[in-house]
Amino acid sequence: MNNQMKTTRRNLLKSASAGCLLAASPLLGRFAGAQSSEPIKIGFQQHSTGIGAAYGRWYGRTTDAAVKMINDAGGINGRPIEIIAEDDGTDARRGAEVVEKFANQHNCDVAFGTLFSNVVIGSAPAAGEQKLPYFVVSEGHHVASGALNRYTLQPGITDVRSQVQAMAPYVAKNLGKKITMIYPDFAFGHDHRDYFSAAIEAQGGEVLELIPISPAETSFTKYFPKIPRDTEVLYHVMVGPAVLTFAKELGEFFGASSPAIFGFIDSLEAVDMAAPGLEFLEGTYFWEGNPRYAQADQTSYDKNFRAAVGVDDNGASLSDPSDVSTYAHMFGCWETLHIIKAGMEAADYQSTADRQKLIEAVEAMTDMPESDLHPQGPKLFNGKTHQVFGQQYISRVESGRLVKVHTTSIEDTFYPDAVDYTTQSF
Amino acid sequence: MDFGPHLLLAVLEGAVGASVLALTALGLSLVFGVMRVVNVAHGEFFMVGAVVAWFVATSVAGHPAIGFLAALVIAPLVAGGIAIVVDRLILKQVEYDPEATIVGTIGVLYILQQSALMIYGPEARPVEPPFNHRIALPWLEWGENGLAFFYPWGLSITSYKLFVIVAAIGILLAFWLVMSRTKAGLIMRATQMDRETAQAFGIPVQRVYSIVFGFGAALAALAAVLIVPIQQAHYLMGGDPLLLSFIVVIIGGLGSVRGTIVAALLVGMSDGIISVFFSPTLSKIIATLLVALVLVFRPQGLFGKKMA
Amino acid sequence: MSLGARSVALHLGLIAILIVLGLMLPTYHQGNLSRILVLATYAVGYNVLFGYTGLLSLGHAMFFAAGMYGCGMIMHLAGWSVIPAFVLGLVVAAMLSIVVGLLALRTIGVAFMIVTLMFAQTVYLTSLYFGAWTGGDEGFVISQASRQIAGYPLTEPTTRFFVALTLFGTALLLTAWMMQRRFGRVLIGVRENEERTTMLGYDVFQHKLAAVVISGVISGAAGAAYAVLFGYVGSTFATVQYSILPLLWVLLGGMGTTIGPLIGVAFMFYLIDYASGITSAYMLVAGATLVLLTLFARAGIVGEIRKRWVPWLP
Repeated sequence: MNNQMKTTRRNLLKSASAGCLLAASPLLGRFAGAQSSEPIKIGFQQHSTGIGAAYGRWYGRTTDAAVKMINDAGGINGRPIEIIAEDDGTDARRGAEVVEKFANQHNCDVAFGTLFSNVVIGSAPAAGEQKLPYFVVSEGHHVASGALNRYTLQPGITDVRSQVQAMAPYVAKNLGKKITMIYPDFAFGHDHRDYFSAAIEAQGGEVLELIPISPAETSFTKYFPKIPRDTEVLYHVMVGPAVLTFAKELGEFFGASSPAIFGFIDSLEAVDMAAPGLEFLEGTYFWEGNPRYAQADQTSYDKNFRAAVGVDDNGASLSDPSDVSTYAHMFGCWETLHIIKAGMEAADYQSTADRQKLIEAVEAMTDMPESDLHPQGPKLFNGKTHQVFGQQYISRVESGRLVKVHTTSIEDTFYPDAVDYTTQSF
Repeated sequence: MDFGPHLLLAVLEGAVGASVLALTALGLSLVFGVMRVVNVAHGEFFMVGAVVAWFVATSVAGHPAIGFLAALVIAPLVAGGIAIVVDRLILKQVEYDPEATIVGTIGVLYILQQSALMIYGPEARPVEPPFNHRIALPWLEWGENGLAFFYPWGLSITSYKLFVIVAAIGILLAFWLVMSRTKAGLIMRATQMDRETAQAFGIPVQRVYSIVFGFGAALAALAAVLIVPIQQAHYLMGGDPLLLSFIVVIIGGLGSVRGTIVAALLVGMSDGIISVFFSPTLSKIIATLLVALVLVFRPQGLFGKKMA
Repeated sequence: MSLGARSVALHLGLIAILIVLGLMLPTYHQGNLSRILVLATYAVGYNVLFGYTGLLSLGHAMFFAAGMYGCGMIMHLAGWSVIPAFVLGLVVAAMLSIVVGLLALRTIGVAFMIVTLMFAQTVYLTSLYFGAWTGGDEGFVISQASRQIAGYPLTEPTTRFFVALTLFGTALLLTAWMMQRRFGRVLIGVRENEERTTMLGYDVFQHKLAAVVISGVISGAAGAAYAVLFGYVGSTFATVQYSILPLLWVLLGGMGTTIGPLIGVAFMFYLIDYASGITSAYMLVAGATLVLLTLFARAGIVGEIRKRWVPWLP
């Protein structure tokens, strides 16, 4: 009865959509006996609309490229991957609904993809209840903090706590020890505030002033007078559509005499470094999750990754040089999909009944050497905290290009475990 | 930075925001005052203005000022045109029923946002200002040698920001002249005061409504063109201008141009100035509460007539 | 059948249909129905103030959020169990609605819209300001283990459905009953003609305040229920968007009808859910649908049915 209802409704939909989303059709029940040829269904929770749409677009392109690579090489255990994308609107409520849709409507094997922390945290309870492995590509500290559950993992991208603390040694040694921090006054900014303050003090530096910026702010000049005159390094991280204004007004405020400036590229993901108003950033430093511009010592892995996704040496789309990618984050989708593949093969994954075996297989992972599967660099996965650790990059803006000046070690990103998910029951 | 220069900077920055807000709110005030409907899509017309400005500015070669000037003309025309279509196709059909208009304009909001996302994309994109010079500002202080001028560190503004303030004042004056000195203004005011009587005197109320709705949207778009060299065009940028201008219109007192402008200054500058004293989120909380309390104790708004 | 009996039959019939649906529908749609019922409870609460009393609030997210935070934070931070935490959520929503009512009811019409909007913004900003406890924009998860009543896990789909249905049924029957009483008729009197109601000797302010509190508490109950049933609490639910949504749901379903809010929520939910399956530009579809509804069903879905075919619909 239930199946029939579902199919009829779906058939209706299909005719209306002219087969546009055939891929999403949950006809799984019919093939219950023939799993070996059936595709592995990965629910892709995508920020297609809402504030995260610029990320969602590139996460989508990276995902498609990774799936093509895996399927061309024979898929997972001989089965092709099928991506079922659903828009979460960058909204926590819709995110949870989409996870339930993956589990119960599309009958997905796993869910994956999302970036914004509120969507991850909003969706994680649904993933736990549906017992659906949920691989996030968020860089939030939520997974490793222990706030989520055994079904939620972040094996393809490092978290903000690692990233932030790994910056401190370089900043203290090369740029200065008296720091002023500017950050958005919500959770993401607070992670920067807390973890960087602690890390820089451990390096013998000090934070002179904390300048939170209120949410949805569109003009910033009025905050800058709070920057103390003896600041040696200005640390900034901003997100949202107003970041260009931020950089521009910072330049207008300081004129020619500014302290050293260190920022997180999150501010300028999907933004062209040559955009008018950004000239001021020349000579300043950025954290990069993955260098946007092809570097002199570019690995063949990075070269292949760019070619597969369709990104040129400047980090922009091959078909449209003004369409700049979210290069510092999107590799996470690529690496996560390869980890799902490796995990499923290690667990000899056959059907949704093997989801727990899959999680155990991923938890057992440790070293992930740099390769075509891990083009961003080598990584170390911590099965207890469900969080991966990896090296970070610092780049300097030279002639409008980001040039890598420092690579941290993986050890720089370690911090004590806050949770052991492996002790939790499924 | 010392307290005085810091406060001056907050005031100047607040004035830029307030100028743009005044224009946007005036558009909403006009629609609200004359037609008595809440246009939930007003902020989207602001967004359309910014997005069109980006398209115009990037497709016109030569000095950025040419593109900017072209955008100043084209963006309000496009937004106004869309608004007139919306008026004809939707608002007129539901006879300006207040509830139906809310649902209808929420529909228009979705349509405009999604169209912008598909045509323009999810990124924030800047428009180059026609001119932009950093102007250091002097400050007076009583020192050892008497009163002295000096240039405090960081106290500056840009020529373009000053231009925005001046341009907004110019547009507001022009608006006031149109409303008070021309026949078109008279017709709009008459329709606003009493629709039935206006109709009885042969005023084509339907056409006035269309024009008012288009004009309101054009004002929002014009404000957006002015601000887009400072902020960027983004498909979700319409939310804040809608809320703020809605607040400004009511605080100022319905139908009062003077009230709208005073309220825009109040709302636009208050959280900048309060943020000199408190942390930013706390100052937003305080500013929001203060504005709400203004209405609680003066429900007709600052310059509104007391309702019977 | 008398009017009252018809109304009782309709509401009990609706609940019976919902029970059947809840037991028959596939898991996915059963889950959706649970969500729809919780959100519909919110819309029912909104309808008390907007549909019946004629007061358009643009700040109801603050009541939803008050219930949600009141209930969720005490569970998360102090380990309270579901029932007492839920009650605390109601108490917080009630207190907030009394304060807001006393202040905002000094105004009417558009000023009331703006005052409620700004109070709601204050609540939203406050939830960010105290991010150390509320989790701010990221929010927090209520542990799965604590989400159970007397050993029955609320995470089990059918249990969750019946809890959601109980919540919605209570709110629906309560408001339907209220509207049959003199109190409800006075509220409608306030909506239709405030002066006349005053002249008839009713204390309009008292009735309006009561409507704000009832509306606020029902909205808060929905917020608290969302927290315990779905395990997430975050400032998203305090944003303006969540103040406009119940307005949209009620207008879509039909303002001043008892079942309109449920129909409005269900319609909007499945509109987005299905349209997003057909095209990535589903917001266009949603927008166009709203415009068409405005043009051809101005009184909302249930309102239009009442106008054309079933005039006795409550």
